[in-house]
Amino acid sequence: MNACLAATANSRLSFWNNVKWLVLYLLAIPGGLFIALFLNQTVRGIRLYKSLFFFPFVVSQVVVGLVFSWFYLPKEGLLNAVLAVFGMGPVNILGDPTLATYGIIAAGLWPQTAYCMILYLTGLNAVDPEQVEAARLDGAKGWRMLWFVILPQLKPATFIAFVVTIIGALRSFDFIAVMTNGGPFGSTRVLSFYMFEESLSEFGFRMGYGAAIAVVLFALMLLFIGYFLWSMYQDEKGAH
Amino acid sequence: MRCFRNPLKKSTPGVRTAYQVALPIVLIIWLLPLIAVAVFSIKPDADFTNGNYWGLPSSFEFFTNYGKVFFDSDMPRYLLNSLLITIPTVIGAVALSCMTGFALGIYRFKGNLLIFFMFIAGNFVPFQILMVPVRDMTVGLGLYDTKTGLVLFHIAFQTGFCTLFMRNFIRALPFPLIEAARVEGIAEWRIFWYIVLPLMKPAIAALSVLIFTFIWNDYFWAVVLTQGPEAQPVTAGITSFNAQYRAAYHLMSAGAIVAALPPVAMFFLMQKHFIAGLTLGAVK
Repeated sequence: MNACLAATANSRLSFWNNVKWLVLYLLAIPGGLFIALFLNQTVRGIRLYKSLFFFPFVVSQVVVGLVFSWFYLPKEGLLNAVLAVFGMGPVNILGDPTLATYGIIAAGLWPQTAYCMILYLTGLNAVDPEQVEAARLDGAKGWRMLWFVILPQLKPATFIAFVVTIIGALRSFDFIAVMTNGGPFGSTRVLSFYMFEESLSEFGFRMGYGAAIAVVLFALMLLFIGYFLWSMYQDEKGAH
Repeated sequence: MRCFRNPLKKSTPGVRTAYQVALPIVLIIWLLPLIAVAVFSIKPDADFTNGNYWGLPSSFEFFTNYGKVFFDSDMPRYLLNSLLITIPTVIGAVALSCMTGFALGIYRFKGNLLIFFMFIAGNFVPFQILMVPVRDMTVGLGLYDTKTGLVLFHIAFQTGFCTLFMRNFIRALPFPLIEAARVEGIAEWRIFWYIVLPLMKPAIAALSVLIFTFIWNDYFWAVVLTQGPEAQPVTAGITSFNAQYRAAYHLMSAGAIVAALPPVAMFFLMQKHFIAGLTLGAVK
C-alpha cells in the first residue's frame, strides 16, 4: 500500500504544495521586519497602532480564511473590483488550479506577518543604543546600518520568527479547509489536508494510508526539528 | 533603541507630519479585511442582492443581524461549548506545566535535559500527524464527540509548550532563594507553593492568555474529534453556520465577529502579558 503513496499524483502534488507553503511563508519574516521598522518610532499613540497591527494574529484562521475567500469572489470580490480600476481582467483565484494555492498562502501570510512583526518589535527594543550610535559616528546609514548593525542584534528574534513560520507553514490546514476544501480538483491539498481527506472524510476511512502520509509530513518536519534542537542545545550548553 | 528612532525625532517637522499622516492610512489598508467583515455585519440583506458589496451600508442593521445570530441559530450553543472547552484546558495545562517546569528547572537529575528536549520537540511536530492515533484512542475511550475528549487532548498537547515556557521562566528566577529555603529546612512542596509559585504569576498570566487564544481558535481538532452542535466549539460551528446561511454574507460576518471577539477582548485586556508570552526568547 505504501508503494502507492509515492506513486500517486495526489500525494506528490500535496508534497509540492507543502514545499510552496514553506518557501513562500518565509516572506512573512522580511515583511514583519519591514513593518516593525516602520512602526518603531516614537509618536503619539504608537502603542495603539502596534497592537492594532498585531490584530490579524489574534483572530481565528477560520475567520481570516472566510474573509479572504470573499475578497477573491470572482464576480463580487473586492480584488477584481480593484484590478478593474487598473484595467486588468477579472481573475477567479480560488477557482483556478494554478493560482488557488497562492491565493491561500497570501491569506496565511497576513496573520503570520503580524506575528513576525511583534517578534521584531520586541527585538528592536533590546538593540544596544551605544552600538547604533557608534556605527552612526562611523558613518553607517540606511541599509548598511540595518544589515551590519541592527540585523545581527536581531538574531534571536529572527531565529524565533523562522521557527514559528516553518511550523505555521507545515500546520496549514484551516485556511485550506475553509477557503477551497482542497479544490479545485484537489489542487490546493497539502499533506495534512490530504491525510485528513483520506482517513476521515467521505472518501473513506483509509487510516493506514493517512498514517503513511503523516510519516512523510513528519520526515519533512524532522529536517527542521533537527536544526532547531541543535541550535537550542548550543544555547543551553553556553548557559551552563 | 532610542537612538535608532532618533532620525525621525531629529528630522524636520515635515517628515514627522508625513509619517503621522501615513500611519493611519497604512493601518486601514492593513486591517481592510477586518474592517470589511465589520461593515458586512451591519449591512441589510438587500445590499448584497443589489450588488452593493463593498460600499457603505444603506441602512444600519446591527441589531437585526446580531439578534439573528444570537436568537435564531446554534451560535450561543457553540460559544458555550468553546468556553467549556477552553477554560478547563487553560487551567489544566497551566497547572501541570507549573509542576513540570518546577521539576525541570530546579532539580538536577539524569536525563533532565533529555526530557526537556522531548517537550520542546513535541512542540515542533505538525500536530496533524497525530490525527489517526488520537482519533482512534478517543473513539476507543468512548470520548469521541465529547467536550471532555477535546479538553483532555488539548491539555496533553499544550502542556509541552507550557512546560518549555515555565521551565525557562523558573530558570531565570534567583536560585539562592530556593537554596536559602532548603537550608531553613522547608519541605520541597512548600518551596514550590509558597516561594516559587508567587514568583511565577506573570508567567501564569502570559500562558493563560496565550493558551486561551490558541484553543479558542483551534479548528483542526474540533473537526477531527467532534461533530454537531452538541460538543463542537465556535470555530467549527461557524462553518456549519455558513452552510445554513449560504451566501447570507451579513449573517456570516456577524457570526464571524462574534466568534472572533473573545480572544480579541482577551488580547486587549491582557496585552502586556500576551506579547510577553509570544515573544519569549526573541530577546536574549
